[in-house]
Amino acid sequence: MNSLTVQNLTKTYGKGKEKVLAVDDVSFDVIPDEIFGLIGPDGAGKSSIFRMLTTLLLPDSGSATIENLDMVKDYAEIRKILGYMPGKFSLYQDLTIEENLHFFVSIFNTTVEENYDLIKEIYVQIEPFKNRRAGKLSGGMKQKLALCCALIHQPKVLFLDEPTTGVDPVSRKEFWEILKRLKLRGITIVVATPYMDEAALCDRIALMQHGKILSIETPENISLDFPYLIFEIKAGRTSQVLQALENFKPKKNVYAFGEFVHLIVDKNEKINPDNVKNYLQNAGFENIKINIVQASIEDSFIDLLSDKK
Amino acid sequence: MNTELQNIAIKAENLTKTFGNFTAVDHISFEVKKGEIFGFLGANGAGKTTAMQVLCGLSVPTSGNAMIAGFDVYRETEKIKKNIGYMSQKFSLYGNLTVRENLNFFGGIYGISRENLKTNGAELLEKIGLEHEKNKLVSELPLGWKQKLAFSVALFHEPQIVFLDEPTGGVDPVTRRQFWKMIYDASDRGVTIFVTTHYMDEAEYCDRVSIMVDGKIAALDTPSNLKKDFNAENMDDVFYEIARTKKVISGQ
Repeated sequence: MNSLTVQNLTKTYGKGKEKVLAVDDVSFDVIPDEIFGLIGPDGAGKSSIFRMLTTLLLPDSGSATIENLDMVKDYAEIRKILGYMPGKFSLYQDLTIEENLHFFVSIFNTTVEENYDLIKEIYVQIEPFKNRRAGKLSGGMKQKLALCCALIHQPKVLFLDEPTTGVDPVSRKEFWEILKRLKLRGITIVVATPYMDEAALCDRIALMQHGKILSIETPENISLDFPYLIFEIKAGRTSQVLQALENFKPKKNVYAFGEFVHLIVDKNEKINPDNVKNYLQNAGFENIKINIVQASIEDSFIDLLSDKK
Repeated sequence: MNTELQNIAIKAENLTKTFGNFTAVDHISFEVKKGEIFGFLGANGAGKTTAMQVLCGLSVPTSGNAMIAGFDVYRETEKIKKNIGYMSQKFSLYGNLTVRENLNFFGGIYGISRENLKTNGAELLEKIGLEHEKNKLVSELPLGWKQKLAFSVALFHEPQIVFLDEPTGGVDPVTRRQFWKMIYDASDRGVTIFVTTHYMDEAEYCDRVSIMVDGKIAALDTPSNLKKDFNAENMDDVFYEIARTKKVISGQ
């Protein structure tokens, strides 16, 4: 049995000329205890999908079941078994950490003690500040409090909408460690993120753009399925290398990738690192380092986006 | 002024800012060269925003010295403001004004003449491919376009230095790269770029980066030297090493 089944979900906003197709015929399944990632830029439709699946927004068409409950008919039951962390901080700014937690506890008719085990490891980090108002907390602490409040009723499915946007790399890493442990405790997690390095930490990911899912795969398969050769190049200032390679005839694409430049070439072109090296040498570059590397999720996403544009 | 000084865009010496008994910026010293792309990194709450406000002439330091584009942060804040551009992800443009109106508004504030607003403005819109959108409200533009426009607006009055506060949050990898192309072009024209980001691959695009921890600069070097020093494979690991070991639970 799937934890989540989504079929042909569609959502538009506005009317007439102003009409925007936010979610365009989206279908996917999530199996129990999976971390499923929705990966895409702002405006891809991730948040609209989250709002529909958390029963806060009705779709124009399509359907979804969560733990075999119908998204529309059984909304009241669904709300009891899901936890939701919206993209925008949505707790009460003028309540303290402790008051916010107790508020959610009372809504779900439970006690902090009953499920403390689940949030303990997160809560102890913010407990020293439990009398501080939520509005006065730093980004990382707000995020931890929101996660506690979303978990306190022991949900079966957890929806996290960009939980790490604007959060520094250290806090982000800690957050994902927590998610991995929640998964081991039998919670299914659906998470949206614009960070490609976080995508690699999901069990499966759906790459999204303009309301559509471009592909659904495991991170490993996304790398393996990449159809082209990638040359990882280092040869001085990135902008100059990019400019030089723009005129390299066999290239399919060329872009900066961290400290390197990635040159994408069709396998049929029969290009090897020496060809590229010679080309750059002739263009006046020195100390050239070239390797053939495997695609990352970011490479795949860039490829998918470039095809669409 | 000797030539060395002329090549320095930002110079901070023991710059400090306290709020009550909390020290947000704690004796930071560094120099940024003209035309350099300088990455200003740090965990949430490390003091980046406060430091940036001081450098932009918006907040008076408690002690220490800083010269921005040759002007003093205590006495010449108005001159500093005229010679820098600023863009942040959170606020840069007015959503309920059109593209053209935003350009005229910000250009006007910086004292660009009506005539220049007209000709240079049209030129700029053509260059960034927004001439057909000039009468659209900024709120209706996709995030990536907004960011490109905001960056261009920040550069419109030809400042010596541009401060970018997390400019690329939430955009797709292709748009992010187009944005960095604009940064490189500006830097090649001699504009100094001072940028904060949470994307560690973008830290690699900087000429040098500093990493702030608890109000202090914990590391400052080129990305490749930092990786060597910390025996790390990428900037993500460097950042993690520095910020994790020094991170204290302070509630900030």
